Amino acid sequence: MARIGVFICQCGKNIESTVDTKKVADEMAELPGVVYSCNYRFMCSAPGQEDVKKAIKKHKLDGVVVAACSPHMHEKTFRRACEAAGVNPYKCEMANIREQCSWVHHDTTKKAGTAKSIDITRMTIERLKKNKPLKKISIPVNKRALVIGGGIAGIQAALDIAEGGREVILVEREPSIGGNMARLSETFPTMDCSQCILTPKMVEAELHDNIKLYTWSEVEKVDGYIGNFTVQIRKKARYVDEELCTGCGDCLVKCPFKAPSEFEMGLATRKVIYTPFPQAVPNIPVIDAARCPKIQKGKCGICEKVCGPGAIDYEQTDQIVTEEVGAIVVATGYQVMPTARFGEYGAGKIKDVITGLHFERLASSAGPTGGEIRRPSDDKVPDSVVFIQCSGSRDEAKGVAYCSKICCMYTAKHTMLYKHKVPDGQAYVFYMDIRAGGKRYEEFTRRAIEKEGAMYLRGRVSRVYERDGKVIVQGADTLSGDQIEIEAEMVVLASAVVSRTGADQLAQKLGISYDRYKFFNEYHPKLKPVETVTGGIFLAGTCMGPMDIPDAVSMGSAVAGKVLGLFSAEEMAREPITASVNTMICNACWDCVVACPYTAIEKEEVRNKKGEIVRVNAKVNDGLCQGCGVCVAACRSKAIDLAGYTDEQVYAAISVF
Amino acid sequence: MEKAVKETDEKLAEEKQPGAAAWEPKIMAFVCNWCTYAGADLAGTSRMEYRPNVRIVKLPCTGRIDPLFIIKAFENGADGVLVSGCHPGDCHYTAGNYHARRRWIGFKSLMEFVGLDMRRLHFSWVSASEAIKWVDLINSITDDIKKLGPFMEYRGLK
Repeated sequence: MARIGVFICQCGKNIESTVDTKKVADEMAELPGVVYSCNYRFMCSAPGQEDVKKAIKKHKLDGVVVAACSPHMHEKTFRRACEAAGVNPYKCEMANIREQCSWVHHDTTKKAGTAKSIDITRMTIERLKKNKPLKKISIPVNKRALVIGGGIAGIQAALDIAEGGREVILVEREPSIGGNMARLSETFPTMDCSQCILTPKMVEAELHDNIKLYTWSEVEKVDGYIGNFTVQIRKKARYVDEELCTGCGDCLVKCPFKAPSEFEMGLATRKVIYTPFPQAVPNIPVIDAARCPKIQKGKCGICEKVCGPGAIDYEQTDQIVTEEVGAIVVATGYQVMPTARFGEYGAGKIKDVITGLHFERLASSAGPTGGEIRRPSDDKVPDSVVFIQCSGSRDEAKGVAYCSKICCMYTAKHTMLYKHKVPDGQAYVFYMDIRAGGKRYEEFTRRAIEKEGAMYLRGRVSRVYERDGKVIVQGADTLSGDQIEIEAEMVVLASAVVSRTGADQLAQKLGISYDRYKFFNEYHPKLKPVETVTGGIFLAGTCMGPMDIPDAVSMGSAVAGKVLGLFSAEEMAREPITASVNTMICNACWDCVVACPYTAIEKEEVRNKKGEIVRVNAKVNDGLCQGCGVCVAACRSKAIDLAGYTDEQVYAAISVF
Repeated sequence: MEKAVKETDEKLAEEKQPGAAAWEPKIMAFVCNWCTYAGADLAGTSRMEYRPNVRIVKLPCTGRIDPLFIIKAFENGADGVLVSGCHPGDCHYTAGNYHARRRWIGFKSLMEFVGLDMRRLHFSWVSASEAIKWVDLINSITDDIKKLGPFMEYRGLK
């Protein structure tokens, strides 16, 4: 017979005001198997926990029910107390009589609350009788990390983990690390040059002994679980031997073929063998195979002829490399909403309607115009520029309800950059609201408006069209109530920050969730902002939502702290809520294998001494199993059960309902 | 055994009393740990109020719920049963709620076929932030079932 102790908490007045805890305790004492019951003012307080421990020893309890708040609140507290007194922590259960009883039933006669508390506690006691003692599972941790994405967030995470003494594998899809930040001219609110602060970090990441860089590479497949991931990385064919190439750049000079530059977003051209930008890390070119006549038709081969070290290799193919890691940091960044979506603003049709990211390239001294603001159609220095904020953002019709967060600030910066470079020019800004929350941010936008002469107009633009070489912007100024028409020479759209194309496919490979915008979901928006629901996989930067550089860098460092914490012990303990198979009943239908979302169930072959297969059955991998129990309900022969939530436990609770 | 039968009979007789105006239905809710259980907790922390007729059995995921649990709940005296978990796409275990939904569709048509009044059996998505939805759901189910009266057909099966 069980020896169960039942402890009813009054939670001050929180429970006691609508539940007669004394009566509940008395009723519970009558139940078979209950050898002790009491009520107390604050069970979770130090004296309350002491009482539990004392009662365990005095009455030789082998199970404990605490009827108090939600188990999400104090289950750990009481399980720890039980463990300290020698009772297996999984022989302690909580009955939730606060959040799900006293707080939602306001009957001060205590009738309804007491009756319901009695039911809840009785069900918990019956369930507890079927609880088995469980032991935490310890799993080894491989102390290497994978960082996906070499933008500023990924670089920061990689550097901090590497500085903490752990190996990092940094995978970048493009030929160079640097991400979107490498495209920016200056950064708000300090106006320091983006490249100047970023490139030293890129070089540091390349040279760090603990960082292994895979550029022009993509994550192909992810298997395993926290502490033990196996990752396959596709190293796309570069057609340049990374060991032999010295980065001299002779091939780039001599290559006779040109293509639009992805890095310059089509504002300039690059060669067919190219590095995306001069400070690329690594400084090793890539051949654009689709456009290379040598690879396509066997004609040309100039780069091979001019390459001193003989690094050009037209025969190179994609390679799959396998890496074993214990943690994964996802930092895949953002892109801006494609201009083609802005038909009403003439985007795609009118050459001089560009996005903010294009403007960054025009303003950048390393950009296609050498830092001079020249409009794309005819290279003229525009004498007026209209900036349209919230292009796509906060616009359900465009499918983006959220605020892109960085546009108010970078538009203010753009007006200043424009004013500094074209002192006679006039900047106009159409805005909905100015959102400048952040250290020195409000001062910055005020400066753009008050000191740098930008004309801010509150209202929406209805139409943009071309007339006599000008771009005509029609809109409303909602503050004055006037309709406005501006003859501009260039229009810059503060296009919405959106998730990367293919973000959903990556999420599916990793087994993490994403929202309707395909931004990755954090575990908890406030308390676990860098974790995902999948153990060992973390998020940094704009892949989880729009944010500015300081936030992305903070997240990179925060993630590094989490990863180093995970790597601080040889083994990690995890909850023993996992499924297991009764192999004697399993009839190998594999319904569970199909149902399992974690590929945690294997087909096990049992062999005799001669090595012949005598039986096949399902087998659960404890490391992979997350304890959802889908397999249990899927099993038609009832061969699988879930520790902590066994059929027996559930039926026991139902039986006294 | 004899005692149990006698008790059940007594219970049945008592509930058939026309004077039992104070009769309150009992509703069993099978909910997932991550969304609906947390949503029900939030109703508490927000000090909302709802009918005291529901008893919750917490499971890790709606995908864990065996349709037999529902039958057993009816056998043990439930007048209504509710299954609730995370919204599609929000499952803590990625896809458990999809399994639950598929199972539910099959189970629902079976129960309709055997003649269960479907006002007694509900399936819903309540997220961790939808305390109001939880409150409204419990209130409306309770009120509906109160009108239907006690559910006796499965009780004798026990």
